[in-house]
Amino acid sequence: MQVTGTVLTTRRVDAYHALTVVAPGIAERYRPGHFVSVAVGGGQTSMVTRRALSIHDVKSDYGGTVELVFTARGPGTAWLAERRARDTLDLVGPLGRPFPLPRDPVHCVLVGAEYGSALLFPLADALLARGCRVDFVLGGTGAERVFGAMRARRIAETTTLTTEDGSLGLRGKVTDALPSVIADTRADAVYACAPMETLRAVTAVSMEFDIPVQVAVEESMACGIGVCMTCVLPVIGDDGVTRMVRACAEGPVFRGERVRFEDVGTIPFDALGAPGGGARHVS
Amino acid sequence: MSVDMRTFLAHVELANPITTAAGCAASGRELAQFFDLHRLGALTTRSITMAPRAGRPTPRMAETPSGMLNAVGLQGPGIDAFLERELPWLAQRGIKTIVSIGGGTVAEYSELARRLADAPGVTALEVNLSCPNIEDRGRVFAREGSAAAEVIASVRSIMRYDVPVVAKLAPDVADIVSVARACVDAGADALSMINNPLGMAIDTEALRPSLAAVTGGLSGPAILPLAVRCVWQVHAALPGVPLIGIGGVMSGRDAFQLVLAGACVVGVGTALFHDPYACLRIERELEDLLRARGFQRLADAVGLAHRPPGSAPRHLLVDSEESTP
Repeated sequence: MQVTGTVLTTRRVDAYHALTVVAPGIAERYRPGHFVSVAVGGGQTSMVTRRALSIHDVKSDYGGTVELVFTARGPGTAWLAERRARDTLDLVGPLGRPFPLPRDPVHCVLVGAEYGSALLFPLADALLARGCRVDFVLGGTGAERVFGAMRARRIAETTTLTTEDGSLGLRGKVTDALPSVIADTRADAVYACAPMETLRAVTAVSMEFDIPVQVAVEESMACGIGVCMTCVLPVIGDDGVTRMVRACAEGPVFRGERVRFEDVGTIPFDALGAPGGGARHVS
Repeated sequence: MSVDMRTFLAHVELANPITTAAGCAASGRELAQFFDLHRLGALTTRSITMAPRAGRPTPRMAETPSGMLNAVGLQGPGIDAFLERELPWLAQRGIKTIVSIGGGTVAEYSELARRLADAPGVTALEVNLSCPNIEDRGRVFAREGSAAAEVIASVRSIMRYDVPVVAKLAPDVADIVSVARACVDAGADALSMINNPLGMAIDTEALRPSLAAVTGGLSGPAILPLAVRCVWQVHAALPGVPLIGIGGVMSGRDAFQLVLAGACVVGVGTALFHDPYACLRIERELEDLLRARGFQRLADAVGLAHRPPGSAPRHLLVDSEESTP
């Protein structure tokens, strides 16, 4: 659904921006893993595509608020970063398929890199509410790019932090620390949100331990609702056939071992409808 | 007072002039989560191909000034899946459906038309002539009147007479009027324009093309003037041919421009990416604009901008005659 949200607060969280927006319809329908799309630039904007943002927090205050976390990377997110309290935002959501939750109280490791960590916190709350044990592994290139370390420490059994420059926690990547965390916590499942390369490595580690891994992918989207077909990636279906599926409508959450990470950005030759099987080059 | 928004696409009556642009609404289900599809004049599907197609690699999209580039490459499940799952879904709900078809050879278009000829729920057939022609070294049908006409003649001969065949034209041509005329002579009942012109963007961080396919179709407000020009030129040359105006329509005012230039149906594409409710908003805004200018019927505004300078608007003349005692 589409709502006009009102910005309640804006703040910086480490290297990132966070906007708390009053968005009643979206907040009440939200499940962990969902995202929203936001129109940027105002009424007369020349920016025609929406920006997909992950939801860091949902509260029932003011009839329902969502907290959106993003990094200012281009003119659209820079515009968003300039929003102030009482500004209005055009939001569509909640979008996408949420994280599947375990039926039994199991041990879960939540892995986040950069601001991908943001959407793991509502998931952690949902897992804790089901009696699961939650352990965090959070990382970034430097200390200021590790999102949510304080909150993770508060709610999780253990929190392991990694930075590539060694300015916080262990030096290295989240995947360097992951095997020992999985082993120490006797984890039953892994949930992850991070750049594609990290998700690939997280999936590889989880598969070594033979435990299920759910990943939330980040792909650039124009619409977020499944009509523009720009956010596709190769995913293996239940029938063993690889299809180019939409990250917005069929995802953003996938079973890690189903995503062909090494083929992201290509059309694998064996994908359904891949060129060569009689298909042609068109634009 | 409400404005009569009904319009005719050839002999088929639509409740209002707003349709989705091919490739911007998939096959309707996604938009149906937001609003009742019956509120559209018609839904235009993505271009259906014979075989399933995986499309082009990502990145497939780049935002550009007042527009975006896309290189999706007609991703879709193919005609069999369309006939099995997508068309029946639309037909059962009684949604007016313009089915867009895309192919690489005349035979492929003919076969698609043959498969669709007996399928229930096809309101009109839009022939996407901008797919490269594999019979002729990758040239695009829409760039040559004779090639386009060959496809249209073949599809028209196969399709049921009560289903209008619409030729979708590309603006990347020297003379769009001659291509339009060739299509009409070959039996096209209506024309739609414009398909995306080709464009390109370069990522200044990565220092390489922004799209994996290098070039892509430019859409959005940036191409509205191009669409208005094409609709204007073709309506001036072929005033009796129904036109679907498509290209960068973001508001009722944009749609009104295309109507005044000669379009009796208006396609909404990129605006749907920005706002899933764009079609409804644009329809409402167009109706408001017509009402504010004293129009009682949309039909009175179609092509109105072509009247000679100095002459009074037709609908206002009618009003004054009626008010004469």
